[in-house]
Amino acid sequence: MAQITLSKLAHSYLPNPKGEADFALKEMDHVWQDGGAYALLGSSGCGKTTLLNIISGIVRPSHGRVLFGDRDVTDEETAARNIAQVFQFPVVYDTMTVRENLAFPLRNRGMDAAYIAARVNHIAQMIGMEDRLNHKARGLTADAKQKISLGRGMVREDVNAILFDEPLTVIDPHMKWELRTQLKQLHRQLGHTMIYVTHDQVEALTFADKVVVMYDGRVVQIGTPEELFETPAHTFVGYFIGSPGMNLLDATVAGNRAHLNGCEVALAANYAPVQGRSQIGIRPEYCSLTAGAGLPVTLRRVEDVGRHRIIRAELFGQAFNMIAPEGMAIGADMTRVVFAPDKINVFADDWRVAAQAGGAA
Amino acid sequence: MEKTQNNKAWFLVLPVLVIVAFSAVIPLMTVVNYSVNDTFGENAFFWNGLGWFEDIITSDRMHSALGRQVVFSAIILAIEVPLGIFIALNMPKTGFWASFCLILMALPLLIPFNVVGTIWQIFGRVDIGLLGHGLAALGVDYNYTNDAFDAWITIIVMDVWHWTSLVALLCYAGLQSIPQAYYQAARIDQASRWSVFRFIELPKMSGVLLIAVLLRFMDSFMIYTEPFVVTGGGPGNSTTFLSIDLVKMAVGQFDLGPAAAFSIMYFLVILLVSWVFYTVMTTLDNAETK
Repeated sequence: MAQITLSKLAHSYLPNPKGEADFALKEMDHVWQDGGAYALLGSSGCGKTTLLNIISGIVRPSHGRVLFGDRDVTDEETAARNIAQVFQFPVVYDTMTVRENLAFPLRNRGMDAAYIAARVNHIAQMIGMEDRLNHKARGLTADAKQKISLGRGMVREDVNAILFDEPLTVIDPHMKWELRTQLKQLHRQLGHTMIYVTHDQVEALTFADKVVVMYDGRVVQIGTPEELFETPAHTFVGYFIGSPGMNLLDATVAGNRAHLNGCEVALAANYAPVQGRSQIGIRPEYCSLTAGAGLPVTLRRVEDVGRHRIIRAELFGQAFNMIAPEGMAIGADMTRVVFAPDKINVFADDWRVAAQAGGAA
Repeated sequence: MEKTQNNKAWFLVLPVLVIVAFSAVIPLMTVVNYSVNDTFGENAFFWNGLGWFEDIITSDRMHSALGRQVVFSAIILAIEVPLGIFIALNMPKTGFWASFCLILMALPLLIPFNVVGTIWQIFGRVDIGLLGHGLAALGVDYNYTNDAFDAWITIIVMDVWHWTSLVALLCYAGLQSIPQAYYQAARIDQASRWSVFRFIELPKMSGVLLIAVLLRFMDSFMIYTEPFVVTGGGPGNSTTFLSIDLVKMAVGQFDLGPAAAFSIMYFLVILLVSWVFYTVMTTLDNAETK
């Protein structure tokens, strides 16, 4: 097990990258803690798989170094890095039994037979396949095969990290939940560093202690699910996380007031004058519809999603979402919206601006 | 899974059955007719029962031809299948050289059988052939026209040259369908090269290998043109395989009755062996899923 350091890491698939646009992965400096559960979250093509392949050694980064603990592994082969990886679709050895599949990584490393047997039984129990150890892998269903892949990833105790590349893509929805819970549990039991690539925010937020959000080849934020929700570092994090995502409104910010379309919104803190395109962001959860004072909205639709309702509306000609609690009555006279001032985030050119210290309104 | 059975769909096969009857079954009946009759021409037939079959089954000439044929097919399969797999494993997977190799490999398959025979017939001649003359210059005593061993070597090398590509191309297609993730997983599991072959490549190739083995068995068991052109079955009878003998009997000696009986048994043997191959290989395959 080891802490993973990405030092000035960048990668371009072109031989002579000119500008920033040529890089699939923009320069980054990060330290990922030993034993942490990380999720790499982002939409397709944002570079998360490239980053994973660099960590696993399948791709050699064009710039920068990768360190496991104090050891520089940038030039090392996958096999030498002592990691485990679970792929998007099940990779099992069809002609082997489940038992042989699980034992394979250990046997190749010349482990003691008694240890292998004990370890395989232990893992089989964890993934709930102890009754099918003697079945051939070929005849099993996709999710059983993926369980074997997960098991093979976890069978070695000494791995530096276990990498998951969207491992639940082929799994049925109800099995997804079960496997995700199992993974979380396994992480607690084994304490390995785990890196989980996904484009599904629910998977990322339930699995990881720290979510690494990637956008356009850049890590835009590393944080706990709560941090991503409350203080998104980038507008992408704002609207990618959450359902529906954060409302972003163009506004000019001065002191502890934001002005949009001639209306004034109170902020919880003072802000220095903002350079570039300034926006304020507010989560639908922190907007409330009211008949009193506030910004004028036009309601379009109310969607009942069970525990709460999503109100689709329009604010100054722009789509705007709000969340209303289950029991709240929505009257025809409720045409104004108010924001919780301390939940408003200010962005300049898409990046979050911190409030000035001691500037409470 | 339980599915409703409706056997009426078999009627849809009827048109094919009619066409096959005209193209294969009815002509075959002519052969059946010859095999149970004796004739002296002028469309006069005399019933001979299973006489010709008995003659053929107990004939030493047939036994030795069959023996040679079995040995030939066994050698061909033993060389071409492993060699084809080996070549497929070592062919480039992408880029210019992949296409180049594919075309190069496909070339021998495009040459007509009798042309292949002629190429090797000339290639192996001691007086003017590059191979024969070259070997002679090196001091090797090689002459396929009067040495049975040399004749066999020539025909086997020719068949390997002609048909290994087929096995290689089929295996190559099988290998290309293996996703990269399998190789990555194997690297992470520290699998040896042999394990990668045994547990990833071979299982994924088993389907195409079955086809390759069947095709190569049937083709080599029925081989006629190439050895006929190169050696004409000689020296002596040393390269007289079943089909060469059959043609000698039917067209050379005009023994239509025995030749017809021979044809039918020949056909049944190929059918039987192919069926055995297929059944054995598919049951092995299924046994592994249990």
